[in-house]
Formats: sequence, structure tokens, C-alpha cells
Amino acid sequence: MTLQALIVVAAALFGIGVYGALSQQSFVMIMMGLELMLNGTILAGGSMWALTTGGSPKGQMLVVVLMTVMAVEAAMGFALVIGIYRVRKADITEKIKRLKG
Amino acid sequence: MILNVTFWAFSALAVFSGWRVFRADSMVRAAYWLLLSFAAVGIILVLLKAEFLGLILILMMGGEMTIMAVFMVAFMMNPAGLNPMTMVHRNSVAIVAGVVSFLAIAALGLFARFPVARAPAGVDPTRKLGVELLGNSMLVFQTAGVTLLAAMIAAIAISSARGRYGDADQGSVEPDQMVTAPAGDVAAAAAHDPAPVISPGVHQ
Repeated sequence: MTLQALIVVAAALFGIGVYGALSQQSFVMIMMGLELMLNGTILAGGSMWALTTGGSPKGQMLVVVLMTVMAVEAAMGFALVIGIYRVRKADITEKIKRLKG
Repeated sequence: MILNVTFWAFSALAVFSGWRVFRADSMVRAAYWLLLSFAAVGIILVLLKAEFLGLILILMMGGEMTIMAVFMVAFMMNPAGLNPMTMVHRNSVAIVAGVVSFLAIAALGLFARFPVARAPAGVDPTRKLGVELLGNSMLVFQTAGVTLLAAMIAAIAISSARGRYGDADQGSVEPDQMVTAPAGDVAAAAAHDPAPVISPGVHQ
């Protein structure tokens, strides 16, 4: 497996994530699109560590930080979904066209 | 050879299940397709000798996707996927954006010149990562921990049913802070000035 092949697979995951995050109406499905983008980023980071850094653990640290980003994204996303459902009874983006609460 | 075949199989699985996430008729199935995609990436990371990262990715995502499936049941409008479900807006724009970002990143991967330096054999990457986590990069590790703590507090604050001054949907307007005057003073003021006394707590 070459670095090029790994980056192409990561790019495919990222592209599918971009499609999902932009096209889906349900908040939870938008979150899944974001997660898929981060999935591709983690794959790219891991393969860069394995094939270009000579085994320096700093590359793996970057992936650990990416996983933190993913956990924070999930926690904030779930909290926002609950909060906005409680205030607006909205579960899709079309229901929150007004900013004023 | 076997490594290559395994790698391509799991790559195909990751991309296929990632694509199925947005084509599944039930949101719960979408969550498990996403888990499958994460698991395939985790196995690719293990094949790349990043065993620790691959395994914690699978563990973390197993937990997260289970929570997500519960959320899906709570929020989904199409239980059990009995009906076809497409809930999309601006589908063609999104497809173009996805394809363009795929082509841009793939072109970067194919045409950029990256240094080639594989991890040396005979060194345990997990051990090196552990020493790094609790050594030179301890500040990064601790910052990630504090960030997660802040995210937990923020998640509770956002999703709580009660805000600081009442129900969550009442906003964050403070109640009046007018000091209640003693009864004698109010009577004297009313005698002196016939204007109505504004009682505290009544919004104008």
C-alpha cells in the first residue's frame, strides 16, 4: 500500500462526508457527514505518520488530537440537537430559518 | 501481497460503508454503516503499525455510534426504515462539492512529493507513543483532556432543561434587580408623588 493510495481513500471518505454534511436535512445526519470527514482526516494523518515521518511519535500525537476533535464535535452536536429541539421543536435544518427565538 | 489485498479490501469496505451511510433508509442503519466505516479505517491503521490508534478508534466509535443510534431512534421520523427515506436539500450542489473536494485532495495525494521515511522495523510504535504522551507531548495530552472536560460541561449547559434564570426556552434575561423599598418609604413616596409605584419583577 502506497501513500498515494491511502490519500485517495482518505479523500474519498472526506468527499462523501462533504456531500453528506451539505445535503442532509436532519441534524444528526449532518453530524454523521462531519464524522465521516474526520474519519478521512484520521486515515490521512495515520498514513502520513506511517510512511513519511520515520516513526516519529509526533505524527501519532496529531491523530490523538484529531480524535479529541471528533469527541468534542460529537458532544457539542448532540447537545445542540437536544437544545434546539427543546426550544424550537426542530429536527431538520428547514425548521430553523429564523434566528430570533 | 496479502497485506496489499487486505488493505484494498478494507479500503473498499470503508468507502462503500461511508457511501451507504447516506443511502440507508433507516437512521439507525446509517449509524451502523458509519461504525463499519470507522472500523475499516481502524483496521487499516492497525495494518500501518499504528495499533494503538486503530484500536482506540474502533473502541471510541463503538461507544459513540451506540449513543448515536439511541439518538436516531429518538429523532427519526421513519421507524425501522419501512419507507424509503431521502431527506436532502440542494442535492446537486452537495454532489458537486463532494466530488470537487475528493478530486482536490486526491490530486494533492497523487502529485505532491512527500518524503518517504517508513517507521524503522524493530521499534514498538505504541511504546514510543506512550513515552511521547507522558513525556515531551504531555502538554498536548493534558490540553486535550481539559478540552474534553470543557466539552462535557458545555454539553450539559446547552442541553439542560433549566437555564440559569428559569426554563431553558426563556432565554438568559436576568430578572429585575430593583431593590424592594421598605413599606413605610413606599407609602410616603406614594403620598408625595401620585405616580404608580412599579413593583419589582414586573417587566415593562
